[in-house]
Amino acid sequence: MKTGTLKQQWLGNGVKAEVLAGIVVALALIPEAIAFSIIAGVDPQVGLYAAFCIAVVIAFVGGRPGMISGATGAMALLMVTLVANEGLEYLLAATVLTGILQVLFGVFKLSSVMKFVPRSVLVGFVNALAILIFMAQLDHFEGAGWQMYAFTAAALFIIYLFPKVSKSVPSTLVAIVVITGVVIFTGSGVSTVGDMGALPDTLPMFLIPEIPLTFETLAIIFPYALSLAMVGLLESLLTATIVDDMTQSDSDKDKESRGQGYANVATGFFGGMAGCAMIGQSVINVKSGAAGRLSSLVAGTVLMGMILLLGDLVVQIPLAALAGVMIMVSISTFDWNSVFTIHKVPKTDAAVMVVTVSTVVITHDLSIGVLAGVILSAIFFAAKISKVKVTNIAEDTAKRHYEVDGQLFFASVTDFIKSFKYDDTVEEVTIDLNKAHLWDDSAVDALERVKTKFEQNDITVHVVGLNKESSELVERAAAAMKAGGH
Amino acid sequence: MYKKILLAADGSDHSIRAAEHALALANITANSHIDIVNIIDSETAKTEVLKFGESHMLDDKRREKLHGVEDVLKSEVSYEVHIVHGEPGPTLVKRANENDYDVVVVGSRGLNNLQSMVLGSVSHKVAKRVNCPVMIIK
Repeated sequence: MKTGTLKQQWLGNGVKAEVLAGIVVALALIPEAIAFSIIAGVDPQVGLYAAFCIAVVIAFVGGRPGMISGATGAMALLMVTLVANEGLEYLLAATVLTGILQVLFGVFKLSSVMKFVPRSVLVGFVNALAILIFMAQLDHFEGAGWQMYAFTAAALFIIYLFPKVSKSVPSTLVAIVVITGVVIFTGSGVSTVGDMGALPDTLPMFLIPEIPLTFETLAIIFPYALSLAMVGLLESLLTATIVDDMTQSDSDKDKESRGQGYANVATGFFGGMAGCAMIGQSVINVKSGAAGRLSSLVAGTVLMGMILLLGDLVVQIPLAALAGVMIMVSISTFDWNSVFTIHKVPKTDAAVMVVTVSTVVITHDLSIGVLAGVILSAIFFAAKISKVKVTNIAEDTAKRHYEVDGQLFFASVTDFIKSFKYDDTVEEVTIDLNKAHLWDDSAVDALERVKTKFEQNDITVHVVGLNKESSELVERAAAAMKAGGH
Repeated sequence: MYKKILLAADGSDHSIRAAEHALALANITANSHIDIVNIIDSETAKTEVLKFGESHMLDDKRREKLHGVEDVLKSEVSYEVHIVHGEPGPTLVKRANENDYDVVVVGSRGLNNLQSMVLGSVSHKVAKRVNCPVMIIK
């Protein structure tokens, strides 16, 4: 696996494949960018500018060719209170700060820190994200007439069944076009994108957010920027790994972290909201044949071009159609496998997943949920790892067989040594370490002490089943003893 | 007659039974060879990345899932495991038609029941579009 030459990085599977995939992605991005703006509580143009800026910038500086980034639900959900309390300018400033934090994260090569986020927390994260996106749609139905329900149902119907007819056009776009057409034609007065705020009529322009440059401002935006930076990287690096797997190629995660940072700095100055990589869009991109940077560039520019050309039509998209798209997004974001197999995974993993999800649903903050999940798994891990189980079977009157199950290290050796019956009447004992692992010198010492204690009582000890690393550790310790002249 | 056999397998019980039939076909001709092909679609890729994380771990886990299938063929016939990414139906059809297989053996249902309910089964698509004989194990 290698990252490939510049030409390969840009053109992936060829110009034609990249351009076509980029167009498909642009079409699928438009409804999502608008819907995520509505979730965040800003004008649709903020999300559209973000999708444009991020997709274009990341095409040049991202670490994972073939991945698509833009305005996302995870990020939108984190900014709701900031927008509501402080307004758009503070969001733009927070977006720039998010980018700076992410660049630093990449510069200091911290992508490996993500390893400390356990898988069950990640699963909880995507499930919580799906639930929040779904819940955000319910607001649109409050006090709405039957048309809202009917159009949303019709949109979902098209989204799930149109792929049976053709897979070359995103079914979400078909749903949007059809539902918008029906609404315009029948003149039914359902609420539309136009009711939610302004759409762009020009290209985004460079503007410095209008905020007082004081410590107080920083105190307001920093916590938001920190959550946005962490959640953005979490989702981006997760998406990058999925794209790595789908395309059977490797990618530079630290470069991707920096790239996400540059993209957010740029989008903040051009009037867009913070964003990150998008799992769904990246999957669409790769499935449509893209593997290079070009598709992301095409997606961004086509999206902007379409909005500028067709703005008058875009404002007439009914919210019902967008709600349909978002419900689909939440269904496909949710990791259903984790629910179907919840009885099969270890109970602690299931608990961590459930705690992550419920924390997020209660606090509406993905970063708090992730933190809670990480802490809980650390506690479970520490408790689990320091437990050593020693069972013994008397084979006959002269022999006893001990089976050790667990991790032997400084925290568990005390219990380990206590688990043996040294004043036994047998002549021989076997200590079976097949299910154990020795981790440090304390473990080697403890094993020696157990042996010595048995031998003091004239019981012969056989140690069996040491795994490779453990026996290497024992040998090293023995060699060190010799070298030390003992 | 059946010298070069493509066995589509995902490690499910169905695919283990498919392996038994593939072996029976292979035994008709001397020196036959079975290619076990496991296709990972985007949905599976997403789920497995979430579940197992890093990519080298994924390869091991995927090989592990096929052990049941390998056990059937081990020491009986020459075989090779291929893990391929793409949409199951089209990817399998493409591979079968481009590599001159004498027969393709597929289980009628894999691990992904939900998908086959929504989209129709992979095996029927394969049967329709592959040029060589196709054996669907019920």
